[in-house]
Amino acid sequence: MQMLKIKDLRVTIEDQEILKGFNLEVNAGEVHAIMGPNGSGKSTLAAVLAGRDLTVTGGKVLYNGEDLLEKSPEQRAKEGIFLGFQYPIEIPGVSMVNFLKTAVNELRESRGEKPLSASDFLKLMREKKELVEIDSTLTNRSVNEGFSGGEKKKNEIFQMAMLEPKLAILDETDSGLDIDALRIVANGVNKLKSKERASIVITHYQRLLDYIVPDFVHVLYDGRIVKSGDKDLALLLEEKGYEWIKEEAGA
Amino acid sequence: MKKDKDKILGKVTGDEYKFGFYTDIEQDSIGRGLNEDVIRKISEKKNEPEFMLEYRLKAYRHWLNMEMPGWANLNIPPIDYQDLIYYSAPKQKTKPGSLDEVDPELIETFNKLGIPLEEQKHLAGVAVDAVMDSVSVKTTFKETLADLGIIFCSFSEAVREHPDLVKKYLGSVVPYADNFFAALNSAVFSDGSFCYIPKDVHCPMELSTYFRINAANTGQFERTLVVAEKGSYVSYMEGCTAPQRDENQLHAAVVEIVALDDAHVKYATVQNWYPGDKEGKGGIYNFVTKRGICKGDNSKISWAQVETGSSITWKYPGTVLKGNNSKSEFYSVAVTNNHQQADTGTKMIHLGKNTSSIIVSKGISAGYSNNSYRGLVKVARGAGNARNFSQCDSLLLGDKCGAHTFPYIETDNKSAVVEHEATTSKIGEDQIFYCNQRGISTEDAVGLIVNGYAKEVLNKLPMEFAVEAQKLLQVSLEGSVG
Repeated sequence: MQMLKIKDLRVTIEDQEILKGFNLEVNAGEVHAIMGPNGSGKSTLAAVLAGRDLTVTGGKVLYNGEDLLEKSPEQRAKEGIFLGFQYPIEIPGVSMVNFLKTAVNELRESRGEKPLSASDFLKLMREKKELVEIDSTLTNRSVNEGFSGGEKKKNEIFQMAMLEPKLAILDETDSGLDIDALRIVANGVNKLKSKERASIVITHYQRLLDYIVPDFVHVLYDGRIVKSGDKDLALLLEEKGYEWIKEEAGA
Repeated sequence: MKKDKDKILGKVTGDEYKFGFYTDIEQDSIGRGLNEDVIRKISEKKNEPEFMLEYRLKAYRHWLNMEMPGWANLNIPPIDYQDLIYYSAPKQKTKPGSLDEVDPELIETFNKLGIPLEEQKHLAGVAVDAVMDSVSVKTTFKETLADLGIIFCSFSEAVREHPDLVKKYLGSVVPYADNFFAALNSAVFSDGSFCYIPKDVHCPMELSTYFRINAANTGQFERTLVVAEKGSYVSYMEGCTAPQRDENQLHAAVVEIVALDDAHVKYATVQNWYPGDKEGKGGIYNFVTKRGICKGDNSKISWAQVETGSSITWKYPGTVLKGNNSKSEFYSVAVTNNHQQADTGTKMIHLGKNTSSIIVSKGISAGYSNNSYRGLVKVARGAGNARNFSQCDSLLLGDKCGAHTFPYIETDNKSAVVEHEATTSKIGEDQIFYCNQRGISTEDAVGLIVNGYAKEVLNKLPMEFAVEAQKLLQVSLEGSVG
């Protein structure tokens, strides 16, 4: 079943066109990897899908058949879109527990479910914490405050596990991670994989794809997908770098 | 999206003041204007002993030669003191002995405010003195407290029943000549609460006063005096609201606290006077002098306040640390929204040896408001080993509001250690977006962040009021992020 359809999407930031006619179709059950050199528009894609305040000058995005760009960020979240931030935001004074409890219960409410009791919520947290091997004390601290780079990324995956999204978009979640953290992040994504869910994994490097096997690999360059293939394309990129893609695209 | 943001900013106004109703009740009041006759009438209506009238007149004569202070970072429109009513009381048959004799309209008014006057309905462990306009309506749990020797009653009653105590302590912390508003209050104060905790008594319940302005064109001048004898403990709390009106109303209160050796007084305020409408029309002018003295050795005074109301706030609750080893702390959250103005902070005057004070002030500004922290830490020459730690944080919501910090530090003793930390932050779009992306609405995100920011202070409030205060913060700031 088709979940996401992006057609000829154009996005401008400060008078500069970043996405220049971007096309992508994602079906439930699929994992798509989007790779590309710096500045190709990867993070802009993640941001516009999550509902960042960007100027869309053309094209459309359908999510489950509905116009996604019309919806507020929180509505998108409630409909199952999750963004793993490249740079997770610190919110001093707001504990992880309080933050997640609010988020989980907002989502439940939008589905017509009752809020979780404190004990059920804590149980769910324990379960998911084990999954992402996150340090227990982190969830007692303020959201991302004083977390190391790796902890922040693991925390994104932890939140994803708690919120169980339909479509997870991970924006360079692997950057700056050591091998152990990488394995944990991948594990989180793999655990979520099911017939009803899909993921878009945005990455600069191939190494994450050793752990998450994508169904499709797309190369984004200069605001467009210039090449698509299976996981072998990622290996090719690892071997040859992006230069040949740039040359091909330029030609 | 940009439009959405404007809409949200516009919605700053969306939050409505919940306590803006007016009770239509027969008033017994003295006509507009202020002169010695009016003061004599107030004193007469209250059946006061001669010393009280003399005190009032002395204060009045002094006030006549004073000028309104102009140093605050406030824009105060001129106030015509001859156009105000200085005494207004809901008419009651003599003095009500039991609740059956209190006018049902009054009981209903306080019920609406969430302050039931029936003892059995009230929050367990909280005794209330309910004051409307110029008089105390009812004090609950008076008898229960009296068994322990605790006096908790209206100020007028204290003047009549306990004149020696009043005479001894009235003006001992805030002399009538202290400042313009204190002098005015000393001349015309109407009612308020008095509490006296005897030696070594630990007051078993929260004492609280609820102040309500009801009548129009009336100034409210209440007076509170808390005296904690050696080794005693009391936790006291005040709350305030007023009807929604287009005219501004004046509120000038004086609070005095005396803590003797080893006594500990906690004083909490949740101030929610009508703040005016979204254009800045109406609202209460809140000019208040609150001061405590740690008179005895090892005594302690703790202030905690949540200020969300009033169109103009001018107040600096402070402590004179006179006893050796005495301590004081001041925890404050002051919220300003729309066109509200606040110039508020604290004064810690270190006189005794080994005295210490902590100041934690959190300002939150939104809309077109201006929020200033003004604080004084003074260490006198004889105050060896004094310590102070001050932390002043400002949080801005939107870009049309202002936050200012005016810390004054005066030390005349080299052994003093005074620390001051200040931060200014803005609720960032990034933080809001992060919350939005997890399904949390902007309103709830602001609530989470503001309550997180103010947590340190909210934790200092008596539990019964902390939840209320938390809700109040959220309501005061509804929709104020741009």
